[in-house]
Amino acid sequence: MQEALPCAATDAWLCLDWVGDHTDEIGAALRQHVELTVVAVVIGMLISAPLSLVAWRHKRAGAAILSVTGILYTIPSIALFGLLIPFSGLTFQTAEIALVGYTLLVIIRNVLAGLEGVPDDVRESARGMGLTPTQQLLRVEIPLALPTIFAGIRSATVTTIGLVTITSLITLGGLGNLILDGLRRDFRTPLVVGSVLSLALAVVADLLLVGLQRLLTPWARGAAAG
Amino acid sequence: MTFWRDVFAWFTTSANWQGVDGIPRRLWEHVALSGSAVLIAVVLALPLALVLGHLGRGGFLAVNVTNVGRAVPSFAILVIAQQITRDIGTKPAMIALVALAIPPILTNTYVGMRAVDEELRESARGMGMTGRQVLTQVEAPLAAPVIMAGIRTAAVQVVATATLAALIAGGGLGRFIIDGFAQQDNVKAFGGAVLVALLAVVTELTLGFVQRRVTPGGRVEERPVVAEVGPAGGVAALPARAVQAVLPARP
Repeated sequence: MQEALPCAATDAWLCLDWVGDHTDEIGAALRQHVELTVVAVVIGMLISAPLSLVAWRHKRAGAAILSVTGILYTIPSIALFGLLIPFSGLTFQTAEIALVGYTLLVIIRNVLAGLEGVPDDVRESARGMGLTPTQQLLRVEIPLALPTIFAGIRSATVTTIGLVTITSLITLGGLGNLILDGLRRDFRTPLVVGSVLSLALAVVADLLLVGLQRLLTPWARGAAAG
Repeated sequence: MTFWRDVFAWFTTSANWQGVDGIPRRLWEHVALSGSAVLIAVVLALPLALVLGHLGRGGFLAVNVTNVGRAVPSFAILVIAQQITRDIGTKPAMIALVALAIPPILTNTYVGMRAVDEELRESARGMGMTGRQVLTQVEAPLAAPVIMAGIRTAAVQVVATATLAALIAGGGLGRFIIDGFAQQDNVKAFGGAVLVALLAVVTELTLGFVQRRVTPGGRVEERPVVAEVGPAGGVAALPARAVQAVLPARP
């Protein structure tokens, strides 16, 4: 075996022969990673949207929502997995509950910050034009808050991609599997491949979201994105 | 119901409160490791960021170190530190934790310093203060709440990641979770998870209290906006104006 893979027996940081022989495994880890992330961020957005609106309309409920999601955000992911054992075991659901939980604070905070950042005179003009509060929200406030909301979604996505590496510890795969493999076998190549792909995935996801944001907010082009 | 009874038994068995694998010892390891890592990071990052913020130089670096830091998984940093040092236990864990703690402290300190009103800075100079006096007597005290927010973010993140030190044969409360997972001992894993979660929340609340205490002269903190830092970390509170002034769009 070692003659076929000479560099796998050394402590080189990257053994390209190993990478070439394990493209299937690496591809599967990457796919699982993307899947875990996309599910978490999409569900996180779906839950954050109504919670943000409630928090925006009712200040007291907003304070409660921010406190609860804030405490959730503080709990380390590995501990949250452990805390969910009696309810959902160490399953895909457990990983997703935890990952979705972490996206909430980041997204809700940014939605609120974005809405608060809408200038009062703009809001008054909208009212003066005869828009109802709902129209005002949908046609004026949310569009103006979009750059800040997107900053939250980007941040939640990048954070989730990093956190997904830890789901490997509850045997759910993802790029963390490669990192764990490197640790267990004292073999650097999977460690480097897993780390670099995770970082690259975060950068690519962030770039895609920036691109999407530019498409959705053509008027904000040139302004700071966040 | 048996599960909860077992958890209760785990917490009340005196054997679990004694010896090298007892709760007090593991808690102390966790706190000592995290505390020293944050302290070292403060010593390394704070003076540098104070000077950079005072001079208004290196902002791109000071801000983007956190953006990049957020994208690198802490788990990866830990294992890479283990491979670089070719060692296990406290030493590689400490290196990884310090590396994780530096970015939020660096960024928040820089942003906090830059957010100080230019007029205040000029009045201080007009009163004949030297650059050093402006830094220590005007800018740093005004930036203190934002700096403290950075330290809080770093500390919460360090406490979280110190849990993973058990993977590289370190101590700390992570031992209960990691060993519990490995031995399929759900009671132990759950018990450890409760302890880690409590420690993280207590850290967050305690440093949040300190942060409010260093907010000068009862000044009402500007509503914190944007600026969430770090996987599994806390939230850095930055005044909106500072964020707009300093945070460049990430490419």
